[in-house]
Amino acid sequence: MAFFSFLNNTFLKMTWLNEFVGKLVSDVFNISLESQLGASLQFFIYDVIKIFILLSVLIFTVSYIQSYFPPERTRKILGRYKGFTANLLGALLGTVTPFCSCSSIPLFIGFTSAGLPIGVTFSFLISSPLVDLASVILLASIFNWRIALAYVAVGVFLAVISGTIISKLKMEDQVAPFVYKNSAMPDLEMDELTFKDRIEISIAGVKEIVQKVWLYVLIGVGIGALIHNVIPESFITAILGADKWYSVPLATLVGVPMYADIFGTLPIAEALVSKGVGIGTALSFMMAVTALSLPSIVMLKKVVKNKLLGVFVGLVVTGIIIIGLLFNQFAFYLI
Amino acid sequence: MIIKILGSGCNNCVRLEANARKAAEELGITAEFVKVKEMADIAAYGVMRTPGLVVDEKVVSFGRVLSPEDIKALITK
Repeated sequence: MAFFSFLNNTFLKMTWLNEFVGKLVSDVFNISLESQLGASLQFFIYDVIKIFILLSVLIFTVSYIQSYFPPERTRKILGRYKGFTANLLGALLGTVTPFCSCSSIPLFIGFTSAGLPIGVTFSFLISSPLVDLASVILLASIFNWRIALAYVAVGVFLAVISGTIISKLKMEDQVAPFVYKNSAMPDLEMDELTFKDRIEISIAGVKEIVQKVWLYVLIGVGIGALIHNVIPESFITAILGADKWYSVPLATLVGVPMYADIFGTLPIAEALVSKGVGIGTALSFMMAVTALSLPSIVMLKKVVKNKLLGVFVGLVVTGIIIIGLLFNQFAFYLI
Repeated sequence: MIIKILGSGCNNCVRLEANARKAAEELGITAEFVKVKEMADIAAYGVMRTPGLVVDEKVVSFGRVLSPEDIKALITK
């Protein structure tokens, strides 16, 4: 156990980096770590470096794993199952299939036109951005493994339940007609990737994600540093304190329209929790930001009608609020 | 030769098109480049991951930004 905690502190929490940055700020910049500026600076530099190191290593590993689960294969696998099993598999495969919001529409058309029930497709679409392998490891780095695993469990659960309800509502008529016109969508046969291909894909993945998220990370860590050291704790707990029942719905509704990356929202969640905000409130905010955003809703509107879109958004928002409330209630088991 | 780039105009599509143009140029092929941006049209090719590359109506790659060398190999195959 001591060995495990050593690994955790060295590679995930990088406590050595925090000490090193602290020395840099106090000895080289000559700013006291007791001061607001010093403490903010230490948090900012340490968190930015830590997130970029973790991000690069994680995205590389995750892209490598994901190269074995292209959506074409996922679609074939899902086609063999029915009912609840299909929803569960859709949610689980969502966590390992590479996903980019710009591909969500072709993917939706591809799955639906292949005859997959829309509920299964939605299970996949919900879990894919929400429970991504890299974000789980980052959660473990910032909080702990129990919280990270609980997050995976509730994320998959939310995706399965929402998809199952959408299936039960029989909303197949709520899909834009042109989607079904592609029923003859060809099954593309691709050569099996070589080891070299997979390495190339993984490196390209790291480059792409870093280019896409670096700004969000800087902004997120910047806000986190402000929350950590400048904004008074009494102010934050007055609005978002763990004892305020409305903190969870508020954090969820603020997060829904936002388009940011999970890597940018984690430092904000971390800072909020250190200031006495409930872990459930912070997780609700993160889940709302990653699962839903205005751009993704606008895109989805092109392929589904308003009623189905409303049901989808309603289910996800309600689910996130319930998860947040439960986490706040039972947080003492996890910390 | 008609080369189509499938994608909604994201960064990767732009990079793929640049690489494809370079490949055609280095091979001395005069190719007509077409951008396919409509999601319905992209899906009709069976492509679920953008960017996709279509050479003379045959999907040769998707979900990756290929290097000019890779594209040259695909065109001459």
